[in-house]
Amino acid sequence: MASRPELQNPPEIYYNETEARKYTTSSRIIEIQAKLTERALELLALPDDGLPRLILDIGCGSGLSGETLSEKGHIWIGLDISQAMLDVALERETEGDLILSDIGQGLGFRPGTLDGAISISALQWLCNADKSCNDPRQRLKTFFNSLYQSLSRGARAALQIYPQNAAQLEMISTAAMRCGFSGGLVVDYPHSTRAKKYFLCLICGPPNLNSALPKAKLGMESDESGSEVDSDNDEHTVTVLERQRPSKKRKVEKKVKGRAWVLKKKEQRRNHGFVNVPRDTKYTGRKRKAHF
Amino acid sequence: MRLLTHNMLACNIKGVTNGFPLGIDATRVETKEVEMNPDFLKHIFPKLRWEAFRAAAHSLGIDNLPEQVDSNMLLDEEFLQQFHHALLEVHLEEGALICPETGRRFPVSKGIPNMLLNEDEV
Ligand SMILES: C[S@@+](CC[C@H](N)C(=O)[O-])C[C@H]1O[C@@H](n2cnc3c(N)ncnc32)[C@H](O)[C@@H]1O
Repeated sequence: MASRPELQNPPEIYYNETEARKYTTSSRIIEIQAKLTERALELLALPDDGLPRLILDIGCGSGLSGETLSEKGHIWIGLDISQAMLDVALERETEGDLILSDIGQGLGFRPGTLDGAISISALQWLCNADKSCNDPRQRLKTFFNSLYQSLSRGARAALQIYPQNAAQLEMISTAAMRCGFSGGLVVDYPHSTRAKKYFLCLICGPPNLNSALPKAKLGMESDESGSEVDSDNDEHTVTVLERQRPSKKRKVEKKVKGRAWVLKKKEQRRNHGFVNVPRDTKYTGRKRKAHF
Repeated sequence: MRLLTHNMLACNIKGVTNGFPLGIDATRVETKEVEMNPDFLKHIFPKLRWEAFRAAAHSLGIDNLPEQVDSNMLLDEEFLQQFHHALLEVHLEEGALICPETGRRFPVSKGIPNMLLNEDEV
């Protein structure tokens, strides 16, 4: 088995003309990129209003992922470190704007400008110390910080990764969570070594009612037909690592509910037929001293 | 590169506090027609920095954008057309983007800006 590409060369060297060529000729690569992008878009959970959004494609390469974005009507900007890959995207006349850049150096966007971001099989490249100046942790931090900045509030990023091992997965997810994202990891087809896919689903800002993580796909992926057996049972979701922002930050927002709220709740419970609801008195919902 | 992208981009050299807007030095500009989507224009309008957009359009040879704008103008078909054209149809093909603070030039070739930073700029 060939060793992982990430271990051979830095991305701008590995993705040379020969490698880039495969992205126009290999129907297998083309199909996989399209499928992964469709899934990433699904995980972005954009409002279902048919409105085109401004989406960032991180490690856009030859623009295969971008083509899927265009098909769904979105406007996109793609970033990649490999000129050879971007040349293929030019050849393909993709609709998005392309930028030659190294995401480990941070994304140069004005704050709050992007409606969402996807990335297909690129982030694991950040884990390599392939040059003396490359410190993976620092680069991941710089990347996630700038991603958080560039997304508008409540916007999401769906980042598909091929981690080399559990430690790398942990390193990437931890770096993301430290930058203030909520969300977590969605693992599709967790029981199949071959079909298993990791998506880091990040939400810009603290968790709220609308920020529930999407469900992972279970069952087996059928390669030929492309049909997928979805889980029909909600309890079977395999969403691991569902972390929230550090509790330190959340505590500040905790509000004490007032008397009116307590009275309303009690009334609701009575109306629901509960019999053991304490009666309302002058003590109901009053302020209490903290006891330690 | 379209002006939509230009309006979102900022220079992120370490230590630069105001990397927006990037100046434009255009040597080749191209126009590619695309279908107008008024909904997208309305969606993106509040996110644009108009003054920078207008100045950028000017450096690509477009001078018909009004100085003052408000969202009511998005109901005007003629304005929408001009807005759409400048935002999404005009491409900077060859030239450079220039950091407003340091004067660092980012070359643009075949429509692709090279935003790679040197080691000492990170
Ligand atoms: C598996 S390819 C993805 C291809 C792309 N989704 C497509 O549709 O063609 C991974 C891409 O990530 C890019 N990449 C790796 N490290 C990068 C970095 N630090 N900055 C920007 N792009 C990077 C590579 O150049 C490569 O094009």
